[in-house]
Amino acid sequence: MSPQRAGLRAWLLSEAPASRGQARLGDLYRSGLRFRRNPLALAGLIIILLLLLIAAIGPLLAPFSPTDQALDLRLLPPGAEGHWLGTDGLGRDILSRLLHGGRITLAVVVLVAIIVAPVGLLIGTVAGYAGGLIDSVLMRLTDIFLAFPRLILALALVAALGPGIENAVIAIALTTWPPYARIARAETLTIRNSDFIAAARLQGASPARIILRQVMPLCTSSVIVRVTLDMAGIILTAAGLGFLGLGAQPPTPEWGAMVADGRKYLLDHWWVATMPGLAIFVVALGFNLLGDGLRDVLDPRGDR
Amino acid sequence: MIVLRDLTVTFRAGARDVHAVRGVSLDVAEGESFGLVGESGSGKSTVLRALSGLNPHWSGRITVAGQDQGRRRPKAFHKRVQMVFQDPYASLHPRQTVDTALSEPLRIHRLTDALNARVERALTDVGLDRSFRFRYPHQLSGGQRQRVAIARALILEPSILLLDEPTSALDVSVQAEILNLLRRLRAARALTLILVSHNLAVVGHMCERMAVMKDGAVIEELTVAQLRAGTVRQAYTRDLLRAGRGYTAGAGAKPPGCGTPWT
Repeated sequence: MSPQRAGLRAWLLSEAPASRGQARLGDLYRSGLRFRRNPLALAGLIIILLLLLIAAIGPLLAPFSPTDQALDLRLLPPGAEGHWLGTDGLGRDILSRLLHGGRITLAVVVLVAIIVAPVGLLIGTVAGYAGGLIDSVLMRLTDIFLAFPRLILALALVAALGPGIENAVIAIALTTWPPYARIARAETLTIRNSDFIAAARLQGASPARIILRQVMPLCTSSVIVRVTLDMAGIILTAAGLGFLGLGAQPPTPEWGAMVADGRKYLLDHWWVATMPGLAIFVVALGFNLLGDGLRDVLDPRGDR
Repeated sequence: MIVLRDLTVTFRAGARDVHAVRGVSLDVAEGESFGLVGESGSGKSTVLRALSGLNPHWSGRITVAGQDQGRRRPKAFHKRVQMVFQDPYASLHPRQTVDTALSEPLRIHRLTDALNARVERALTDVGLDRSFRFRYPHQLSGGQRQRVAIARALILEPSILLLDEPTSALDVSVQAEILNLLRRLRAARALTLILVSHNLAVVGHMCERMAVMKDGAVIEELTVAQLRAGTVRQAYTRDLLRAGRGYTAGAGAKPPGCGTPWT
């Protein structure tokens, strides 16, 4: 290790940081070190980084257009005539469609996560901290959403709103938030009576301030872990909606819809459904591994 | 400064009402240091929590600095009355640096001018140097944490400080340091103190007057001189006193004051 790197490391791991920024970076660095000790989590991270890369530059790498049909080249097996992963029933290159579809998958996942995590966190912490009537009302509302099977409710919503990727995102988000509210509420209940909350109340902090500054920072880590673990499920639900024809509409190269397309040829031309299926599997696995690793790093009970 | 009249605190336990505090009346003068002693479950901490506004289930009268207090306290009350908790491991937010913990009260009360200077002064006042400012609680020892908790309570410059067993979660050697720090701060800032403790030695070290509580009621009020002379009226107080001495004697047959900080 070069002297500069050793110096940086000592600066990051300092027991007596000299500034707010150094304290925060040091905390991040320590988390990073814990994360690095888990090879599976690293593998998950690499998969997700690859997905990000594909979403960013995938369309540039694609050898063919994802939508151009070539009926004379339909259902070519993998490797034939420059189509590494073969072609589908309309002669479109599967690799190119997968590379273009990465962006859609990522967009769905990110949009759902951005909507779901804050909503669940807010409802859960408010219910847990306020207690009483507010708690009852918010939790019964959560129960109502939890009582429906997720895919069925999403189906109903998409059927009402009309098929399409945006409506699929809304439908998935509306059916995914209740578990987050539950987690955040449970976490809030364990900390609402602790002395540091009492101290904040004694300082004259308003309930909103206590929820935002004291309660939420302690709930976010478990919510982040849960989001990461749920991303696999979100991808699968999006793929499921696509498969049922209620998500992305043709010719959008959405992975779930591609699996649905391949169903017709499943017995004679296995690659048409298998390739997008493998892509969904790998990305879902990546999110799951990353989530497990994040749980070890972010769990506040782990580093006390 | 502080007047309690017929303070009663009731908890609901299922269908039953539990009276944790029954008709406690106390007067604490400005600048006085007052002790509340009793065994666990005697209601002494509950009196403190009702006084501070943390426990709203009370009846009776609470007057602080001439103002009758209701269930909800105004911001000005919080600037005047602060509290230090028993367990320094639970009273600091695990994800906040010392800096955040100390600047939060200032932000709440919009005293953000010279924030840095105030935070650093609060740290030096409790005997911590500036290098502690950006540490997380898990990087501090128990005694250091309690110093941070004291600094947090004093940063709003309150005139009344409530201490809920401030040393009972600490090592004996650290206990004496914290008690001496509190004595010094009290003298420097003319604080009015109410100290809750089950340890008569601690109360004897810190306070001029004290009330002995049993089963939610005050059974005797006495001065430190009376405590030292052993002229107590109630048999229960005598038992407490003997229990405290027995503890010190058992810890190596030292005279009272060596094992525990008695002065």
